[in-house]
Amino acid sequence: MAKILMKGNEAIAEAAIRAGCEAYFGYPITPQTELLEYMSRRMVELGRVFLQAESELSAINMVYGAACAGARVMTSTSSPGFSLMQEGISYIVCSEVPAVVINVMRGGPGLGNIQPSQGDYFQMTKGGGHGDYNVIVLAPATLQEAIDLTILAFDLADKYRSVATIIADGMIGQIMEPVELPEIEPPKRPEQPWALTGAKGREKNIITSLYLGGPNLEKVNLRLQETLEEIKANEVRYAEYMLEGAEIVVVAYGTAGRIAQTVVQEAREEGIPAGLFRPITMFPFPYDRLDEVAKSVEHLLVFELNAGQMLEDVRLATRDRLPIHFYGKMGGVVPSPAEVLAQIKKIASPQQGER
Amino acid sequence: MEKKAGFAKPEALTDALTHYCPGCTHGIIHRLIAEVIDELGIREITIGIAPVGCAVLAYNYFNLDFAEAAHGRAPAMATGLKRVQPDKVVFTYQGDGDLAAIGTAEIVHAASRGENITTIFINNAIYGMTGGQMAPTTLPGQVTTSTPFGRDVKLAGHPLRVAELIATTSGAAYVVRRMVTKPATIASAKKAIKLAFQAQRAELGFSLVEILSSCPTNWGLSPLEALEWVEENMASYYPLGDYKVIDEVKSLK
Amino acid sequence: MAKGTILIDEDRCKGCELCTTVCPFDLVHIANHFNAKGYRPSTLVDPEGKCTGCTLCARMCPDVAITVYREGG
Repeated sequence: MAKILMKGNEAIAEAAIRAGCEAYFGYPITPQTELLEYMSRRMVELGRVFLQAESELSAINMVYGAACAGARVMTSTSSPGFSLMQEGISYIVCSEVPAVVINVMRGGPGLGNIQPSQGDYFQMTKGGGHGDYNVIVLAPATLQEAIDLTILAFDLADKYRSVATIIADGMIGQIMEPVELPEIEPPKRPEQPWALTGAKGREKNIITSLYLGGPNLEKVNLRLQETLEEIKANEVRYAEYMLEGAEIVVVAYGTAGRIAQTVVQEAREEGIPAGLFRPITMFPFPYDRLDEVAKSVEHLLVFELNAGQMLEDVRLATRDRLPIHFYGKMGGVVPSPAEVLAQIKKIASPQQGER
Repeated sequence: MEKKAGFAKPEALTDALTHYCPGCTHGIIHRLIAEVIDELGIREITIGIAPVGCAVLAYNYFNLDFAEAAHGRAPAMATGLKRVQPDKVVFTYQGDGDLAAIGTAEIVHAASRGENITTIFINNAIYGMTGGQMAPTTLPGQVTTSTPFGRDVKLAGHPLRVAELIATTSGAAYVVRRMVTKPATIASAKKAIKLAFQAQRAELGFSLVEILSSCPTNWGLSPLEALEWVEENMASYYPLGDYKVIDEVKSLK
Repeated sequence: MAKGTILIDEDRCKGCELCTTVCPFDLVHIANHFNAKGYRPSTLVDPEGKCTGCTLCARMCPDVAITVYREGG
């Protein structure tokens, strides 16, 4: 298959189209707007549904509506917009209908800026909205991976009747890379006896997230938790790079993971036994595998484009059994590989490192 | 003497007894919608969206596919449902807090887009479900639990006239205001609901029927007094009438 | 004059009285007893068979508690 050069946001959009996305609802926000623009053209050309909503609140609730009808549906946004979507996501998860949400993160908090950031890690992996739930969170480090994970997101959303998200950042959204776009057969989707398609020849269907009375809502919560356990058991994904003989392992995802790969390579070239552990599913987080990896290394260096959010999961995975260092940049600042390499060197030879 | 039922429960309603307070006009309006759905023969292709508010459990009372929306978001949800299955009939059922406060953006833009859905808007000038607080449609001077001295428009702003507002949108095909205080007004409301659904069936765009409704419990009136209050106080601030009826809808009559 | 009658499902009735003011012959009244829910239900008082089955009472009812029967439908 021939490789073509694509921009991240457009690659994700095209992947969604190939995955059989039937409806897209969105609202412009930098740095994901090209995704919406791409959909505005291609979805219409294909006779599918594209609608620019009046807000992210509306967009996610349009997604909710289309999901209730059983359509393959998605939206995309960036951090402030993702915050606005939390209400709808909580409702969608409780209603157990499938949907895909792309978050091309930018610097925060507040209006922040439009530079790449991973500041939404907590919001994305720990629930984000009200109530007990998590969404599936997939973190691409390359555009090819962004394509593959977007396609996977639709299948996972279907499989678990929940929300699957892509945690990307402005870097992934904006860069151009050669990618392969797979030709996909029309998706084989699970039966949807629950969908709101009109009560013809069957009892009426109700989709609600309201369950009055403690025991009723508890039952729903227990079922949602059961689904989450299934997701944790089946869907953990990660990538490992140069772990053999590694003493210092960088833990990083997405754009940070991409930078870390370069850094690890350079460290090895300088004789420092470094490796990379790159979680691909941020929820479910690869706790067990990371714990396993950590058993044979001396140090972990968590590198994120935030104040240290995944850091907490790394500490949880390893129970702080080994020194865990953190290097992070906030506010949309992306460090150079040299800056990260300096951190590795500091760990490798503490006396040489700057304080 | 053999007798036939001249009036019975419509098929589009379930047997469930509603949770609404005695004399609450939600029940009348539910029935009117169900009668219209029966008469148009669209029960099996109609999908309703319930709001947050007193009608949050409307899905239990209609014998139709139904979704329950987040507060104010019913028009957005309806948009999603309708866009992916344009052959279905989709309607939202919303109260004044849901539609005219927290969901103002959603309703205005659904109307403005000419979204081919129908909204039944229940205006009873108060928040019923939460126990009688000021609604965007609470009348000037009206006492509620959050305007204990009466709604002072200098402090709390003015009531919103929704039918008039929505009628200004280019996408709206049919926007009217009715009330359900006596058999004649109820018949008129039903005709409007029917026309709204017919407009949707004919793909003419957005339709909204605002219905002045009563809340005896939170107004502190008997159900009969409450209907009088609708006629005497609400209908003067919110005049009944046809605010927008495009020619194509007129020809449906 | 068409003959009719109404059947009030007492256990659906919430005693709101909305049906009681619209009968052209003043045949619908609130009963003196309570229903299962503790409301005084409305009741048809029609000893002379005046009910025409006009449906006005049923159209006022918020609880679909009234079924109307008419001679010959």
